[in-house]
Amino acid sequence: MVLYIVRRTLWAIVVVLIVLLLTYVVFYLLPAGDPALRFAGKSPTPESLELIRERLGLDQPWYQQYAKFVKNFFTGDEYGWPGLGYSYVNGVPVLEQVKERTPRTLLLIVGAATIWLIVGVSIGVLSAVKRRTVADRAAMGFVLFGISAPVFWLGLMALYIFWNKLGWTGGTGYVPISENPSGFFSHMILPWTVLAMLFAAIYARMTRNTLLETLGEDYIRTARAKGLSERQVITHHALRASLTPIVTMFGMDVALLVGGAIITESVFNIQGLGWLAITSTFNQDLPSVVGVVMLGAVAVVVMNLFVDIAYAFLDPRVRYA
Amino acid sequence: MSEIVLDVHGLTVVFPTADGDVQAVSDLSYTLHRGETLGIVGESGSGKSVSSLALMQLLNAESARISGRAELGGRDLLSLPPDEMRRVRGKDIAMVFQDPFACLHPMHRVGDQIAEAVTAHEKVSNAAATARAVDLLGQVGIPNAEERSRDYPHQFSGGMRQRAMIAMALVHNPSVLIADEPTTALDVTVQAQILELIERVKDEFDMGVILITHDLGVIAETADRVLVMYAGRAMEYGPADELFAAPQNPYTWGLLGSMPTVERKLEELVAIEGSPPSLVNLPPGCAFHPRCIHAFEKCGTALPDLEIAPGGHADRCHLSPQMKREAQGAGIAGSPGAAR
Repeated sequence: MVLYIVRRTLWAIVVVLIVLLLTYVVFYLLPAGDPALRFAGKSPTPESLELIRERLGLDQPWYQQYAKFVKNFFTGDEYGWPGLGYSYVNGVPVLEQVKERTPRTLLLIVGAATIWLIVGVSIGVLSAVKRRTVADRAAMGFVLFGISAPVFWLGLMALYIFWNKLGWTGGTGYVPISENPSGFFSHMILPWTVLAMLFAAIYARMTRNTLLETLGEDYIRTARAKGLSERQVITHHALRASLTPIVTMFGMDVALLVGGAIITESVFNIQGLGWLAITSTFNQDLPSVVGVVMLGAVAVVVMNLFVDIAYAFLDPRVRYA
Repeated sequence: MSEIVLDVHGLTVVFPTADGDVQAVSDLSYTLHRGETLGIVGESGSGKSVSSLALMQLLNAESARISGRAELGGRDLLSLPPDEMRRVRGKDIAMVFQDPFACLHPMHRVGDQIAEAVTAHEKVSNAAATARAVDLLGQVGIPNAEERSRDYPHQFSGGMRQRAMIAMALVHNPSVLIADEPTTALDVTVQAQILELIERVKDEFDMGVILITHDLGVIAETADRVLVMYAGRAMEYGPADELFAAPQNPYTWGLLGSMPTVERKLEELVAIEGSPPSLVNLPPGCAFHPRCIHAFEKCGTALPDLEIAPGGHADRCHLSPQMKREAQGAGIAGSPGAAR
């Protein structure tokens, strides 16, 4: 098991390096302007531009910049570890930017994930157990709505109704939990719900399908033949076996959201990592883009590893050597 | 004869489908005595498994229409409400299934799965339930039962899993044990051990056993009485020794004629021509008549009754005893002369 984890971790590092390389290549193959121009202010002179290029390392070929970045990443730079450099746009260290934005995105994900897991799995179980009843149809109607409704539309509608018209919740923007806990929840409840909606729908459908499939297994018949109650059959036998695909999907979804809750963050003006990625891309702020991409890649790789290890605990047939 | 533990009368199972009603079991009746093994034999789709699942109320209630009576301990299993049936299932009537690889939950320990059967009907501590599970695993011949009870099913061989399934069925000492093709998925060398085990626990736990199989060899080894089914109906029903010595029904002749034995070479085996009928569209008269080489006009129009002959041997056929003797004497393919 230990050997397995070590091997997987080494692989993870390789994957992160490749993702980073691709980011560099893409960024340099699609240059829409000179980053030094932005850095230089309103009326740059050729001399100052040259100076900036030298300072930013832009005068070197991309692979040298890449090598320097990798070195700094592992050894750290003057702003701490991991070394991510500083923004071309405002000169702020990327590490600092990322540190500031990460809690917002993570709190958004944690809240939304809690909601979608509870709501999605419950609806899925309910509709599998009450198959072909009104409850099942209603649940599947919700699923269709959740999957088809675009997040930006849902978000705007939610803001309009619950903030503007009813005044039940806080509006856009982010209130740190340390400053004002009730303001935090009041501002987060809508983004949580809106982001959770799509996933709850997907999870409900998947839970229903896996559960129905599992309910047809021979060991479910054995459980019934023992004289277990239907409730025990569902929870202890059917749901237990359906857990593996749910955990797999959950791990991947959470990881992808680390760099990708862009629409929700934009609609609700949360200014988390997704927002940072988008604005940095528009500003051709390579170090900031790379910072978010690195974090996203690490999240995917770590969650993948976590899911694989969780497998061994969930399914005794899986043992790693 | 010993006490009757299960009395099935007129059991009929119909699955309504878009193409019409599937007549899975039609008017099936039999009795099971304590300490006796009743072998139910037939081809796939003959209704042998479905009839047993119906007794357990393990068929999907939405998709199956079940009628008839099945008395066990003074109650009719077929009309019990689901919650009361749950209390009978695994307690008074237990079942062992065909594929032990698929029948145990892959993510729960074997001992826990058996202990769960204990606590399903008895308020005991988990420790007591586990102790009972270990004890039963030992009784069905699992070595190091205490240690092995903590294994997961995939760590067990097929034979051991089937032993564990049997242990699970014995937890509450049921009066009826249904074994549905318990050896079909197992290696030949293991099959005999499992059959012996079932015979042994039948005596030790004083149960009636219904052994469902398509294998006449299995029946010959273990059954006291035999029920031959075809297309959802009983074709022949009688004491095993008598049925093998003097089979009465042409379908039984066919089954025996197609059974390989040590003495018989492959080319001597006689297959029953044709294939079983569609259960949606049963042929009129005797369901076997399109495949029966002895069929005559009446067979295609009227369903023969299951007539009880002396010795409790019943047979569903229009042939007169005289005609049967002639068919037997001629020694033609599919006759009992060829079988024995």
